[in-house]
Amino acid sequence: MKILTPVIVALGLGLNGCGYDAHDGPSWPGVVPAVVQDPDAKVQVPPPPFTEGQFPCSDCHEAGLPVNTTRRVLKTAHEDIVLRHDEQHRWCLDCHDEKDRDKLHLASGETLEFTESYRLCGQCHGDKYRDWRAGVHGRRSGNWNGDKTYLLCVHCHYSHAPAFQPLEPKPAPNAPRGDLR
Amino acid sequence: MAAVTTIRLFAQFVTGSMRIVLRGNALYWLWISFLLVLIGAGGIAYWSQLHDGLIQTNMRDQVSWAYYIGNFTFLVGVAAAAILLVIPAYVYQWKPIKEVVILGELLAIAAIVMCGLFVTVDIGRPDRFWHLFPPIGRLNLPSSLLAWDVLVLNGYLLLNFVIVTYLLFSLYRGKHPDKRIFTPLVLFSIPAAIAIHTVTAFLYNGLAARPFWNASILAPRFIASALCSGPAVLLILMQLLRRFTRFHIDDRAIWKVAELMAYAMFINLFLLGAEVFKDVYSDTEHLVHMRYMFFGIGEHTAIVPYMWLSVFCSFAAFVLFLIPKTRAHPVTLNLGCVLIWIGVYLEKGMGLVIPGMTPDTLGEIYEYFPSRVEFEVSAGIFSVGFLVFTLMVKVATPIMLGEFRIRGAETAEHSAPMASAK
Amino acid sequence: MIGCAAAAASGGCSDLTHTSWFRGRFREMSDAEKKDVIADLEKQHSERFAKAVTVGAEPPLEGVEFGYALDISRCIGCRRCVYACVEENNQSRDPQVHWIRVLELDKDKGIDLAHANPYYDAEKVPRDGHFYLPVACQQCQNPPCVKSCPVGATWTEADGIVVIDYDWCIGCRCCMSACPYGARHINLMEPHIPAEELNPKTHYLGNRPRMKGVVEKCTFCIQRVRNGRYPACVEVCPVGARKFGNLLDPSSEVRYVIEHKRVFVLRSELNTRPRFIYFYGL
Repeated sequence: MKILTPVIVALGLGLNGCGYDAHDGPSWPGVVPAVVQDPDAKVQVPPPPFTEGQFPCSDCHEAGLPVNTTRRVLKTAHEDIVLRHDEQHRWCLDCHDEKDRDKLHLASGETLEFTESYRLCGQCHGDKYRDWRAGVHGRRSGNWNGDKTYLLCVHCHYSHAPAFQPLEPKPAPNAPRGDLR
Repeated sequence: MAAVTTIRLFAQFVTGSMRIVLRGNALYWLWISFLLVLIGAGGIAYWSQLHDGLIQTNMRDQVSWAYYIGNFTFLVGVAAAAILLVIPAYVYQWKPIKEVVILGELLAIAAIVMCGLFVTVDIGRPDRFWHLFPPIGRLNLPSSLLAWDVLVLNGYLLLNFVIVTYLLFSLYRGKHPDKRIFTPLVLFSIPAAIAIHTVTAFLYNGLAARPFWNASILAPRFIASALCSGPAVLLILMQLLRRFTRFHIDDRAIWKVAELMAYAMFINLFLLGAEVFKDVYSDTEHLVHMRYMFFGIGEHTAIVPYMWLSVFCSFAAFVLFLIPKTRAHPVTLNLGCVLIWIGVYLEKGMGLVIPGMTPDTLGEIYEYFPSRVEFEVSAGIFSVGFLVFTLMVKVATPIMLGEFRIRGAETAEHSAPMASAK
Repeated sequence: MIGCAAAAASGGCSDLTHTSWFRGRFREMSDAEKKDVIADLEKQHSERFAKAVTVGAEPPLEGVEFGYALDISRCIGCRRCVYACVEENNQSRDPQVHWIRVLELDKDKGIDLAHANPYYDAEKVPRDGHFYLPVACQQCQNPPCVKSCPVGATWTEADGIVVIDYDWCIGCRCCMSACPYGARHINLMEPHIPAEELNPKTHYLGNRPRMKGVVEKCTFCIQRVRNGRYPACVEVCPVGARKFGNLLDPSSEVRYVIEHKRVFVLRSELNTRPRFIYFYGL
């Protein structure tokens, strides 16, 4: 619950600017000296959306508790989680770190905070990761030329079943009617 | 000194004209009252539109120009009626028509007055009409075609007004108009009439967003159909004048105009055919507008019967006017005039504007049909036009006949005052 | 002031439609005149809506040309943008005016507007077999609407935004006939916005309350973007399909899209050269 408080986490991790070389593409015709995005602009990311009462994981997974590393269907806890994310090939401990239960880990074994989960996603979804860093995948809000807020992958994609869920649309516009009011 | 005399005479001319307008038999007053009733009804309808907004019409975002602008377009065509008289009379010096050229000029004035009114009722902010008139307003020249239209239509109105006033005032004073002034003015009305048509056609033609209008054949089609609809009114009027006044109009003038109309109608139908061929044979997405016009799309068929009626009337009139016997016979001649009027009115009034807007640019079909307010306002405007035309003809006829003259001026010869303007 | 005197004769100065009668063209006003007019407008609107309404006149930013990119492989047709736009830009609620029109298209027909459906209704979107194409003003570099306006009431600002002077528009609708995108809308009657829903932060050339009989359209949220903010539709889009930025800035998001994605513009054959591009993010 404490992580859910709307504390904004500032990340400086190469998210400033666009994260790509601006000079490798064709130039826009008639380019004049431009207002360029402020290189010192802050990029902010809201905290990851944890299920209430779940974090920190170490509250239950106490240090020293033996770890069962066998792939299996969970029966005693987390049985509500149905993995729909390359479930043929993945299971919990491919992402969650077995030693430090409050962290994630990359394929290299490097451990990550949950606030950096995008790096984990980016291991497989490299093109999305690249576009996200450029601000083209996902939603940004704030200032187009200054401080802005990104969302983490997990704000829109539930990590255990990441397909984007259909939404209820807002009402259709009124069709024009040619009668007298 | 001479200027003062002229001004005094002109004042006399105006008051004399007023007296003529206020004298008339029962039929005259019946006609005037009829027009005034329609004008009153139109005025009431317009008041509600002014109060509530364009919501009182059936125009919407999807079909944002419709019946009013269609009428405007049709009447720009009618305004050109004069040139079908001016060309034979002044280019080919054909005497029988020279005598009636003034009727064409009067019709042009009435038609342009109606055009102005139709534009006024069509705009969303009529209180800002002055924005169109420099120097207090601003015309977006040279790029806006509507700005050009404002210029040429007002210019054409002024031109015809000057021609008519100069001619009638001269005759009133018992003088012949000065040929050196009069003939160039009349001849100038030919390119001016072509100009109002062309610019009005370009108003539609230039819109690449609307493929139905974005066809280079549009301006020629406008001119061809205009040369039918305006003279159709004139032919009927000439016969009425001949019947009710001592105005002499040669049969040959009527037949010649009818013959010219047959040619114009042929060109009009030919150009329509060329347009239909292009759209149907190439069968691109642009065909959809013509399909809507002639067959409807799904349940949307509101204008289909009118479009076929238009084609039928135009074609029937063409046949009637092509055959010398039927164009000379008073019954078939007048039937032909009415058919042409209906045919061109439906084609320009509804067939040009509405299919051009249906479906809209995003493919949506909003089925437009004029609202009651639109019909009432339009009828009111037509009544204003007929009223203006009636009053002008009422004044012009006795002047042309030599009956209304300044005291002491010799009575001009009985016939052909225009012909004597050589 | 003349307007006020004239209006006094015909029923008072508080009525917007009266006082605006003699107002000149915004483009030709001196700074002092602008200040007067804006103070006047702020007073009128604040009284009418019973809250403090500001009317800004922020000029274009130096070295900025705005561009917009919309990812049609992501848009799900949820219409969040439509209503965020209505709220931000003070469109009339009754009669309804929407600056954004979301078209539902058939996947097997592609971008074939003859089969577009703006009135789709569904429990959940996207619907099978369909994709979605939101359309609003494309802020053309060669705008047919500007060309057609007889009184010069609409023009392109230096930052590429095509704007309308609501006090100079005569409502002739030439621009609506000229626009290939159905982006322009006429106020068929006096627009109605509940006072509590009015967005009080407005711009003279953007979202200030309009009047009966004038044309309006998307301005890229001129009141926001000239102050550095993203347009409202960009911020509300739940799938992040909407991208916005400075076309002249090589590091902007729109430039990234142009240089790294497959893009297209609607109706490219008409040479309108939109500053609004569509792209395939997937």
